[in-house]
Amino acid sequence: MAQVTLDRVRKTYPNGFEAVQPCSVKIPDGELVVLVGPSGCGKSTLLRMIAGLEDITDGALSIGTDVVNDKDPADRNIAMVFQNYALYPHMSVAKNMGYGLKNRGASKAEIDAKVQEAARILNLGDYLDRRPSQLSGGQRQRVAMGRAIVRDPELFLFDEPLSNLDAKLRNQMRIEIRALQQRLGVTSVYVTHDQVEAMTMADRIIVLNAGRVEQIGTPTEIYEYPASTFVAGFMGAPPMNLLTAQIFEGALKLNEDTVLPITAPAGMGHKVLVGLRPEDVRLGGDGSVLFNVEIVEELGANRLLHGKLGGQDFSLSVGKDEAARTGVQPITLPVARVHFFDPDRGTRI
Amino acid sequence: MTDITETHVTSPAPSRSTKRIRWSQVFDHTILCTGAFFMLFPVLLVLMTTSFEDADIVRNGLQFGFEGQMLENFDAAMFEAAGFSKAITGTRMLMNSLILGFGFAIGKIVISMMAAYAIVYFRLRFATFAFWIIFTTLLLPLEVRILPSYEAIQSLGLANTYSGLIIPLIASATGTFFFRQFFRSIPEELVEAARIDGAGPIKFFIDILVPLSRTMIAAIFIIMFVYGWNQYLWPTLITTDEGMFTLVRGIKQIVQVLSQTGAMIPEYGKALALSLIAMIPPVLIVIFFQSWFVKGLTESDK
Repeated sequence: MAQVTLDRVRKTYPNGFEAVQPCSVKIPDGELVVLVGPSGCGKSTLLRMIAGLEDITDGALSIGTDVVNDKDPADRNIAMVFQNYALYPHMSVAKNMGYGLKNRGASKAEIDAKVQEAARILNLGDYLDRRPSQLSGGQRQRVAMGRAIVRDPELFLFDEPLSNLDAKLRNQMRIEIRALQQRLGVTSVYVTHDQVEAMTMADRIIVLNAGRVEQIGTPTEIYEYPASTFVAGFMGAPPMNLLTAQIFEGALKLNEDTVLPITAPAGMGHKVLVGLRPEDVRLGGDGSVLFNVEIVEELGANRLLHGKLGGQDFSLSVGKDEAARTGVQPITLPVARVHFFDPDRGTRI
Repeated sequence: MTDITETHVTSPAPSRSTKRIRWSQVFDHTILCTGAFFMLFPVLLVLMTTSFEDADIVRNGLQFGFEGQMLENFDAAMFEAAGFSKAITGTRMLMNSLILGFGFAIGKIVISMMAAYAIVYFRLRFATFAFWIIFTTLLLPLEVRILPSYEAIQSLGLANTYSGLIIPLIASATGTFFFRQFFRSIPEELVEAARIDGAGPIKFFIDILVPLSRTMIAAIFIIMFVYGWNQYLWPTLITTDEGMFTLVRGIKQIVQVLSQTGAMIPEYGKALALSLIAMIPPVLIVIFFQSWFVKGLTESDK
């Protein structure tokens, strides 16, 4: 168990492409940190640098108290769970889990004891003699977890471990991984592109975009106070509505007809981005704001209404008990829950 | 109000369809049987001829039917010293051939697996270039470069040795190519998982790559064993000592030597028996490895 510190860690490929811009993060002991972002944002590269599978171009990475930049993956005392599990197809489940220990020179009795223990934790006791090809996706996932556990690592690394599972199993494994991590208290770094996974599992989320850290914070912080339009759009489904508004004598105008009943932030130019979470907006109102609903999406627990507000795309979410129909209707905007962003830089105001 | 009614389609009586002769099947089997007959008939003919005395064979050519000489002929073929110097028996030739076949196949597999491993898994500067150089040697089989090869082996003092017999044949573009393609299809994550598990390059090769490649190895082993077993030109050139003769070239030598020495009748029965013996090991190898062979070339277990 250890804290992980990244000090201006950077990755530039030989062709000059900067995959990860200088990034400084401190991960406290025992926390599960989720790296989230769209594909190609550098989250996997960052994880692989922590694992030692990629060289670090610049900066210092420490696990515990030691700088480990130049250590081999095997000497970093980490364990990694891969997206496709990367189990050795010709080895039994027990051998898969014990292979790392065997290479460290552990005795047979010790390997046996640890594998049995991991199998007990993960309910794999009946499958120890099977080959990976004889297991289901969820079981393979658990073997991959087991391989990580038996090594008693200081740090768990997860590289999109759930993306090969079907939706139902994914929800179940998500909870299992989280519970296991909390029970073992091992510091973990978890990479995903799925914002639901990020929100539900993380102690702390790091949102990455184009190799740059956009925001670091707890799931609530990220959701309630997104630091940029990118974070606002990425976290949350459906994403936050972003409306471009003209500031005209302190009022926010979407177009000639639509003026938002929201006070413009002070000290701005003549333009601002207004962010509104779809679930914060209510149907009904005094008629000062009219929403033209074009499509109603039925999700069971709630309904999504998509359409135009002042000529711009807009969505809102209503509970399943509220009637939803297409056509123009009045809405009420949440005055207290409005986010403002700089229209040029996309940063929060 | 209409009731939903179940309609039963009466199936035609099954006996009729099984009784009917399927002409396409008859046709297929006719072709297969004819093919098998054409392949096996010469072997059968040789087998029958070995049961005749040499004099009969010289007078009447290949024979049908069975006479009483078969055991004697096989016994002579295997155990009777022959050749100019009386230094070679059938068993000795069989052993030489097996050494060549196994040495050739195993050597090729070891060398080409290691070459492919280096090309695929290590960041070598000229890896691709090296691979294509290896690949172009397909255009230069031993027959083309036989004189320089002979010169090199001769000057290394390896003529009439097993090393001289095997080593020049070992470099294999096909083997390297097959293993390269196979290694490239192994997921990258497996390599990374092994690195995290603390397996160095040699451990990864032995613990993971070799077991994963076993069907591939079996397939290449068959091809290479048969290829090595059937080598004729190179052994003829490099082995002048009769004790080093392989079966494939020894058969001819025996017949020739005996007929050249004069009045004696060439021992055709013995030569034919030897040629039958020469067929057995490749057939056994193929039968034994058959299922692996198909697996190795078709399915992948990753």
